[in-house]
Amino acid sequence: METLIAVTVGSLIAVGLFLLLRRNAIFLLAGLVILSHGVNLLVFASGGLRRDATPIVPEGRAAADTADPLPQALVLTAIVIGLGVQTFVLTLIYRLIAAMRSADLRAARVSEGDQVR
Amino acid sequence: MSAAVTMTSCLVVPLLSGALCVAAGRRPTAQRAVGVLGAIGLLAAGIWLAARVASDELLVMHVGGWRAPFGVALVADRLSAIMVVLTGLIGLLGAAFAIPGARASRPRTPFYALLHLMLAGCCGLFMSGDLFNFYVWFELVLVSSFGLMVLGNRRAQIEATTKYLALNTVGSMMLLSGIGLLYALLGTLNLADLARRIDAAPPGLVTALGALLLVALGIKGALFPLFFWLPASYHTPPPAISAIFGGLLTKVGVYGLLRLFTLLFINDPAYTHATLLVLGSCTMLVGALAAIGQQDVRRLLSFLVISEVGYILVGAGLLSSAGLSAAIFFTIHVIVTTTALFFISGLLRRITGSERLERMGGIVEHRPRLALLFLLPALSLAGFPPFSGFVAKLGVVQAGLAARHYVVVAAALLAALLTIYAVGRVWTLAFWRPGGDALSERLARHRVPFLLAAPAVVLAALTLLIGALAGPLSDYTLRAAERLLDRGAYVRTVLAGAAR
Repeated sequence: METLIAVTVGSLIAVGLFLLLRRNAIFLLAGLVILSHGVNLLVFASGGLRRDATPIVPEGRAAADTADPLPQALVLTAIVIGLGVQTFVLTLIYRLIAAMRSADLRAARVSEGDQVR
Repeated sequence: MSAAVTMTSCLVVPLLSGALCVAAGRRPTAQRAVGVLGAIGLLAAGIWLAARVASDELLVMHVGGWRAPFGVALVADRLSAIMVVLTGLIGLLGAAFAIPGARASRPRTPFYALLHLMLAGCCGLFMSGDLFNFYVWFELVLVSSFGLMVLGNRRAQIEATTKYLALNTVGSMMLLSGIGLLYALLGTLNLADLARRIDAAPPGLVTALGALLLVALGIKGALFPLFFWLPASYHTPPPAISAIFGGLLTKVGVYGLLRLFTLLFINDPAYTHATLLVLGSCTMLVGALAAIGQQDVRRLLSFLVISEVGYILVGAGLLSSAGLSAAIFFTIHVIVTTTALFFISGLLRRITGSERLERMGGIVEHRPRLALLFLLPALSLAGFPPFSGFVAKLGVVQAGLAARHYVVVAAALLAALLTIYAVGRVWTLAFWRPGGDALSERLARHRVPFLLAAPAVVLAALTLLIGALAGPLSDYTLRAAERLLDRGAYVRTVLAGAAR
């Protein structure tokens, strides 16, 4: 199970980074979303994975038999933060494409005043 | 109990001010009043915190009464207190500098609300004793700075925000992965608990995680190979905002490095701290070299911000009390000086109508007092006595010599020379050189309102004051540095009364 999750995390991060390196604004958005999924999954798996275990320690039992609740709480926070950031990126990319009249990030040169103007 | 009141006031004041600014809605006067008063409150709370820390050494607050390894702890030492005071100061001056601008342009912009959220994020981050909590404050700082940077909606700002956002979001994801992996390795996220357990962990894994977090915080701190977002973005927002960013934001990453590379990742300094030294030296040199070729004043200053971060990093990389003390002193100096210069670049734009050096000139002739105002922080940044910059650079060089890192010292001195040249070029082109007729006419018409000049005047006076009071201040930073190096005391104080 850990191997599967590890491979999934690695693939998501690789795909995310690949998309970030494209010169397209839409790919940039998709890359950030996929990258954040990969990282969230990594945080989720960081407490160790266990089947059919609840994050509640039953009375008289050792804590080792239960799932770790902390990564679940952490990943919820991270997902919410990620959602907020992604919403912002969505509007920002929309405005960027509207301003440049193109999704090609090579057109984003106005801010580099030294080269163009 | 009172420790808790002091520490929470540093968070509640800016958060509440931010909320009130939102509530003030479309009433610009109310927004400005709340914005400035809230920043005064934060500065006062910061000074209160610094006074408490001066006597109690380390303040710990267990949020919600949950003891340290389980609950979230807020911890303030001298370094935290210094950073909170500087946050309040820069926030206040930025809020004041923005008043005339906020009046002229769109009254509905949420500048003050976002500013206070960002200040709250900075203060929370500087006092955080828990790594995940640190990440949450880090995100608060990032998100509110995205909002601030794009305020105004010009095309250049939208482009700049996209670049700033893309690289910094990748950085924050690296931070989150590093935190997740540290938890997987050690089963805790409390900094004191981590420091206690990290020596027993496999050293190779710990060093690898240190490198991951170094890259994550290095992106935010604009270190040598990771700084490209900064000069692509800091010159686009309104001057008040880029002044606050230039002064405060890179130091958020630097603070994280100072904290983590004294508390957690110190078992393999031959790798981690040597890396800090190499990156610091390159950052100093590359930033200063790139600054020389710039025509846009704020881009030039952005590169100098990067260069100065290198000095702090070198101080941290030396891992001696002298080096860390020099790093903290340098942080104080550089926040004050670069913010002043960014404010002055705003004044220059206002009176000359341009930000480009080739379209400026004749300011000494027409605005001698503004020229003097520029000269004070500029000489300080270049490292001339009796200003703060001289003492700060001397501290780094002395600490480097004491540790026998002669190459690093040579890099620091060379970067200082290049900085003198970069700053001197601004002086020659924008101030000393006679301007054309059109420019002279424009300079005669446009005056600098007192309120706009006041923040820069305060900071220029402060850089002189820091230079004059260098003795007592370096005593303070030395004790802050010794506190950073004393991991045992940190762990004991935070985990006092904890189980096991």
